[in-house]
Amino acid sequence: MTGLAAATLWRRELTRFFRQPSRIAGAVGTPLIFWLLLGSGLSGSFRLPGGPAGLSYFQYFFPGTIVLVLLFAAIFSNISVIEDRHQGFLQGVLVAPVSRSTLVAGKVLGGATLAWIQGVVFLALAPLSGVHLTAGSALAAVGILAVLALSLTALGFAFAWKLDSVQGFHAIMNVVLMPMWLLSGAFFPVSGAPFWLGALMRLNPLTYGVAALRGVLYGPATAPGLPGPAVSLAVTLAMGLAAFAAGLLATRGGRVD
Amino acid sequence: MSGQTGSTAATAAVEGRGVRFSYPAKRSARRRGGPVPPALAGVDFQVAAGEIFGFLGPNGGGKTTLFRILATLARPESGTVRVFGADLATQAREVRRRLGVVFQSPSLDLQLTVRENLVHQGHLHGLAGRDLAARIADGLERFGLTERVDQRTAELSGGLRRRVEIAKALLHAPRLLLLDEPSTGLDPGARHDLWETLESLRSQGVTVLLTTHFMEEGDRCDRLVLLSRGTIVAEGTPAALKEEIGGDVITLTGRDPQALARDLAALHPELAPVVQDGAVRLERERGHELAARLAEALPGRIESVTVARPSLEDVFLRRTGHRLFDEGEEAP
Repeated sequence: MTGLAAATLWRRELTRFFRQPSRIAGAVGTPLIFWLLLGSGLSGSFRLPGGPAGLSYFQYFFPGTIVLVLLFAAIFSNISVIEDRHQGFLQGVLVAPVSRSTLVAGKVLGGATLAWIQGVVFLALAPLSGVHLTAGSALAAVGILAVLALSLTALGFAFAWKLDSVQGFHAIMNVVLMPMWLLSGAFFPVSGAPFWLGALMRLNPLTYGVAALRGVLYGPATAPGLPGPAVSLAVTLAMGLAAFAAGLLATRGGRVD
Repeated sequence: MSGQTGSTAATAAVEGRGVRFSYPAKRSARRRGGPVPPALAGVDFQVAAGEIFGFLGPNGGGKTTLFRILATLARPESGTVRVFGADLATQAREVRRRLGVVFQSPSLDLQLTVRENLVHQGHLHGLAGRDLAARIADGLERFGLTERVDQRTAELSGGLRRRVEIAKALLHAPRLLLLDEPSTGLDPGARHDLWETLESLRSQGVTVLLTTHFMEEGDRCDRLVLLSRGTIVAEGTPAALKEEIGGDVITLTGRDPQALARDLAALHPELAPVVQDGAVRLERERGHELAARLAEALPGRIESVTVARPSLEDVFLRRTGHRLFDEGEEAP
């Protein structure tokens, strides 16, 4: 029964998403524009310190852009947590014989699935960035995207549950998730950053997810100054679990309205 | 109409004992230093199985707080509530299985169709497959929604949406249906349909518990409590409550109601006239005869005379000293 309830909440997220095509445009369109403009603009002046020669900024920025797609998708899908509260749907779920963990699982898995689908769609643009995907690397990338989608969505959920307004949620996301992304090596490499910034980046769990993705696409040498793929993947998984636990914890408190 | 005799502990559908609840103090109130009165100051009530029971009171009287506690959305500070014997504090999941809830604000997903809303609700209650399909078909039929099944709920009128809400709340065949201000926003026709539904549910043994601030709605309940400022000021059947007034309610208006009441009391001390809301109020049998005598006894002093059968509003006024709609609003 718990599985059925979680599945129905998951399904609802998907149904709602495909009825709002503008959400797809927002989540994939913005990163696409970033990638095309920044990639074109910075390609001439970019060189990855400590990395292999010949990696263009287009290529370097590509995995970071996919993570940005996930990030936007996670933010958009968690807006529905606040909307559900305001529009009253949530109260109906709260009075059903469904545990809070089921509710979190349904909502987070729904949002994460959507983020993951969008990330995978963006991944299909890889040939445009000049990267040759093999069946193995594509599969590995798809797996890493799934873990990252879950982490980011769960993290967004933990904030969304506690907040009353969509505006407030956007504000918090701009000071939490966006800096997390900016300092993840998505945008500029750890190896070229000043010491204090590099330290911050190494503390950021998302750095390892981006590194894992980049490593899968271009080889481990493209993440200089960071641990190998096994450690990166382990940190990414741990981050996913921690974020999910945070989401669960958020719903535990006294807040029931 | 089920009388008080039906509400013994053995058959109680809902039983509240010393239920107390306070909202956290607002900063402004704390600065003023005044104590914040509790939304519910320890109330006791008992709802018999199979009756339509009302919580009647003004906004801020505490009825919505009580509704939220019964719906398992808020926990009382102290006191216990049992629903069919299950304690709300420790067996919330059990209670939720037996509970259908119709909120005042809609709980439908407006982007989904009527059917999708019902399917999700069924799944949340562990219903699936043929059983769920049959229940949905029944519910649609019962509420005249069969033709709307594939319409998005956003496209439906307020009355139709309320019907979907009720069909949704009844999908898992709850033994207790809780409704918060169910008539608010409904036109008279939809209100009539709503009450027919509630009465037919009662005939099937469903206990119906609703909050309302409409006196007419209180009149249709089997039993009700009047709530004011977090306490229960009266309890009983509408008829029994109105009997305590005895006779008619006479309301007199004049330029100076205080002086009018004084002079009336001098003439007829047994009438015990009271000034309320700028009018003089008396309770008396055969009110129309007295009204005519008073108009003669105080020529030119009385501007208008109203004689009416007592209403629940009069009961409320008598018990609290103020009218149903005069109480200040507080946090919902």
